[in-house]
Amino acid sequence: MSDEKSSTELTSGHPEKFTDPGMPEHRQRRADVEPAASKRAERQVAALFGISVIGTIGSMVAYFAIRPDGTTAGTRLSNLTLGLGIAFALLGIGLAAVHWAKAIMSDHEVVEERHEQRSPDDVREAAVQKLDDGIADSGIARRGVLKGAALSALALFPLTIAVPLVSSVGGDWNVSKFRHTRWEKGMRLATDPTGRPIRAADVTMGNVFHVIPDVSEEERESHEWITEKAKAVVLLVRMDPRDLKEAPDREGWSYDGIVAYSKICTHVGCPVALYEQQTHHLLCPCHQSTFDVADGAKVVFGPAHRPLPQLPIEIDDEGYLVAQSDFHEPVGPSYWERLK
Amino acid sequence: MSTTTPAQRAANGTADYLDQRTGLGKAVKEFARKTFPDHWSFLLGEIALYSFVVLIISGFFLTMFFVPSMALITHHGPPATMDGVLMSEAFSSTLHTSFEVRGGLLMRQIHHWAALLFMAAIVTHMMRVFFTGAFRKPRELNWLVGTLLMILGLGAGFTGYSLPDDVLSGNGLRITDGVIKSIPIIGSYMSYFVFGGEFPGEDIIPRLFTLHILVVPGLILALVGVHLLMVVLHKHTQYPGGGRTDKNVVGFPLFPVYVAKAGGFFFVVFGVIALMGATMAINNVWNYGPFDPSPVSAGAQPDWYMLFLEGSLRLMPGQPEFEFWGFTLSLNVLIPAVVIPGILFTFLFVYPFLEAAVTKDKREHHVLDRPRNVPVRTGLGVAFLTAFIILALAGSNDLIATHFSMSLNQITWAFRILIFVGPWFAFWITKRICLGLQRKDRELVLHGHETGRIVRFANGEYIEVHRPLDEQERWLRVNYDAHRPLEVAPATDSRGVRRKGYASERRLSRLSSFFYEDRVEPVTPAELAAAHSHGSHDELETDTTSEPQQIDSGRAH
Amino acid sequence: MKALAARRHHRLAPVVLLLLALLVTGGVYALLAPSPASADTASVQDIETGEKLFQANCATCHGPDAEGSDTVPSLVGVGAAAVDFQVSTGRMPMQASGPQAIEKPAQMDAEQTSQLAAYVASLGAGPAIPTDEMVDASKGDPALGASVFRTNCAMCHNAIGAGGALSEGKFAPALLDVEPRNIYQAMLTGPQSMPVFNDANITPEEKRDVIAYLAEQHDGSAGGLTLGSLGPVSEGLWVWVVGMGLLVGAAVWIGAKSS
Repeated sequence: MSDEKSSTELTSGHPEKFTDPGMPEHRQRRADVEPAASKRAERQVAALFGISVIGTIGSMVAYFAIRPDGTTAGTRLSNLTLGLGIAFALLGIGLAAVHWAKAIMSDHEVVEERHEQRSPDDVREAAVQKLDDGIADSGIARRGVLKGAALSALALFPLTIAVPLVSSVGGDWNVSKFRHTRWEKGMRLATDPTGRPIRAADVTMGNVFHVIPDVSEEERESHEWITEKAKAVVLLVRMDPRDLKEAPDREGWSYDGIVAYSKICTHVGCPVALYEQQTHHLLCPCHQSTFDVADGAKVVFGPAHRPLPQLPIEIDDEGYLVAQSDFHEPVGPSYWERLK
Repeated sequence: MSTTTPAQRAANGTADYLDQRTGLGKAVKEFARKTFPDHWSFLLGEIALYSFVVLIISGFFLTMFFVPSMALITHHGPPATMDGVLMSEAFSSTLHTSFEVRGGLLMRQIHHWAALLFMAAIVTHMMRVFFTGAFRKPRELNWLVGTLLMILGLGAGFTGYSLPDDVLSGNGLRITDGVIKSIPIIGSYMSYFVFGGEFPGEDIIPRLFTLHILVVPGLILALVGVHLLMVVLHKHTQYPGGGRTDKNVVGFPLFPVYVAKAGGFFFVVFGVIALMGATMAINNVWNYGPFDPSPVSAGAQPDWYMLFLEGSLRLMPGQPEFEFWGFTLSLNVLIPAVVIPGILFTFLFVYPFLEAAVTKDKREHHVLDRPRNVPVRTGLGVAFLTAFIILALAGSNDLIATHFSMSLNQITWAFRILIFVGPWFAFWITKRICLGLQRKDRELVLHGHETGRIVRFANGEYIEVHRPLDEQERWLRVNYDAHRPLEVAPATDSRGVRRKGYASERRLSRLSSFFYEDRVEPVTPAELAAAHSHGSHDELETDTTSEPQQIDSGRAH
Repeated sequence: MKALAARRHHRLAPVVLLLLALLVTGGVYALLAPSPASADTASVQDIETGEKLFQANCATCHGPDAEGSDTVPSLVGVGAAAVDFQVSTGRMPMQASGPQAIEKPAQMDAEQTSQLAAYVASLGAGPAIPTDEMVDASKGDPALGASVFRTNCAMCHNAIGAGGALSEGKFAPALLDVEPRNIYQAMLTGPQSMPVFNDANITPEEKRDVIAYLAEQHDGSAGGLTLGSLGPVSEGLWVWVVGMGLLVGAAVWIGAKSS
């Protein structure tokens, strides 16, 4: 393209850089030189559009002929036929258009000049002049009071929307709810999700029970329940009392080898539910924090830091397992004022 | 203009009507034959754009049937495993859409596949832009817009993933809640801000719905507009080659070639997504069941584009949680969930400006770099991807464990080490490969192609004949800038006074050395001439002193 | 006999007869009926053959009295269900030690398995092999089963029973091709890492519901190919392989010059 070889010429007679050889030679397509190839391409494009039409008809037939009956196989058939019809309808159009562009439309490359993004100097000057004129007209430069007043008004007015929004969006903002759960003294432990109270005798060796507080069925079907359950779920395990290591301040929190721990991970709150009976390890399937149930649910692997909170349990007169109290610390993930 | 058909007359009339009222003619004149260069990698962004269009079409369909409510109802109807189960209206309406609305399941699957494809295409498109240096002046701002679009894409995916209110996505929200709570000082309040009270409450699904169908797509749409407008302003970049300069753009006209190619590609993208929706099941929420805070299922993972966060959380050991003055600081959550993504995204945002600073390059660039010609950039890009992939694999460690019969714990330990070693090694090896490729280019330019033809000279010497490169081949290999590290002026000026800003200049120059210390300069015409005269027997036609005798051709030894 | 015949019409005769009849029925029943420890009719020979099988195949690890050791569990009181589960799925006898005993082709046929089960059941009372009715998926409620499965099983075995990882190389196996009887037995006996779910924890009806839920999964997915039912990771992998694969292929075709 450019054959400037003046100032870059060195003493040796060689330019400092190679010069652009310009565009490569244009290569003709078969369809450009052979009328038969051109005709064939045209037929192919038409056939592809035809496939699209068939696809559309097919999807319409599928829509009206195949009614999903609610079974897995029926729904799958409807999904498959409808989807294939749509796919053919779309792919037909797409492939046809591209093939048309590639094989039939002119493939001579064109060159377009670029211009620098920067505005020319005179345009810049004119632009600055217009802004200056505007500022002068507004008088803002001379009237400082106006500037301050306008800015204050503009800066303050979003409060009219932000304050009502922010104050209501967090509900009652009472974050101390984190530290209480539905458990209380004497509350029976019941199976999750069926709600059957559990006797100590039911919990034979090696069993793991997923536990919720024994509340009424109405409460279990209310919406508040999900939020309560999110804090109250407990895992109940019986192991050989000889395997159990109990901290001195937690003696009496278990009953005959039966221990209850919060199921909410102290990492980021997933339900820690994978109990490996032989090792007494509890594994969280989300991030693989592993807790040793035999040893105060201390962390043995993974990203959690704190042991799972323990629910102190005992039995009532009828032999049912009951909570001695609520948890002694907030369940779930750590937060800033957790210990306050 | 002698004979016109009625159709032409109608078209003319409409055009005239519109032009008189909008001046449409000027826009048509300006844009109809606008030139776009042709290359497959320029279509990656289009895959993302078209996936987004498919998302809007299928998403509109879904909003007609979805009920964004967490109110509990008893579901009656298919599938059999969910009949008579208490669940939220959101989950129930998702089941209704899937099993009772004809084409509903297809639209759900198309929507979800399109979302995964949208992110995959964005990431691939960013890789193309990064490795070819398309983010350089004047396109730095468009890189920022693109990175924002990627983050908004993550947001769109996250808010949509949670809407069906199933166990899997519910646990995802729960993890989000745990991460929010770990933020120092305001964490608890942020959690209330998001959930309207304690997790999960009753507000989160309606809130996510509004974000998912209004706020996030609105922002994406607006930024896509800005993104494309800038492409029009800048005109598209082009790969290096004969006749392609920073002052022109070589390609095909928008009308008709790109209308057909790009328009056709939209249908191809939609068609492929429809094919996937028809044949491959995705996010069968009835398998997971309605959200309940107690269950969780093995293989609890987010969609692929969030896997790096999941992996980051999984790799972090639990030790760094601290308690002081009665406050808890959970660095075991903050580092993987906030700091690591922060570093990754900051790298993306600042890289164009960093590279411009260490290069002191103020020119406009419209011809792309071949990745090998900027070894450090390419190395950094590959290191970034390596970190991303290691984190994503760490997020899949349980599936790796079951599918390759390995220990979960050992895999985690391996990734804990790899996340430090892997990116560094990837950088080093990529940079060496780039430099090696550049040397190979030099070699080729200087000595030409090996032909496999062996000749013997009168003096008994054997050589292989090399065919010189044609000028197009050569131009591709010599047309680049090998930047040099920035020089620092002396610390003191001529009068011995210490210069202001010397320290920052020195820092910049050190960074610049990191980028450009190792470099391979392009061959100059003088070097080529010298190579020809030295190795004169490489070129038979320049050899006049001896009479070579050809002894073999083809694959001789 | 005369005396007997004379008293045939005594007014207490029916009562005596009734008592006699009860005694005889009870005695015959006691002789013939299976003990609660094994549902199948286990004869004395079965138990004897079972003992020989035990001594030949199991005693090396579990000890001649089946009382186990520090590292090997005692089999006294594990019941016929545990034996049937372990042996019919090929987990026992174990061939090599590893993180856990893995499923392999059964080494004993059905008869040998039941003989071995009878022997172990005779060592101490334990759970019996469930009857066909107890594991009949068609009698269960898949929706109830789904909710029990979600809370108690899905965290290890995956949402539809496709399996999942445990710590240190152990894993929860896929359940899709497991015999309903073995699923029931696994819940009842808690093999290896798996905890026990006794009848107070998950009732026999609920266990059958779980089997019904798993049976539903044999139909595959309503959406098409299941991709292993592994969730978002496999979906993500396939969107790159199939989606990006096809579309990059299409892009290369679009960008290439026509011949």
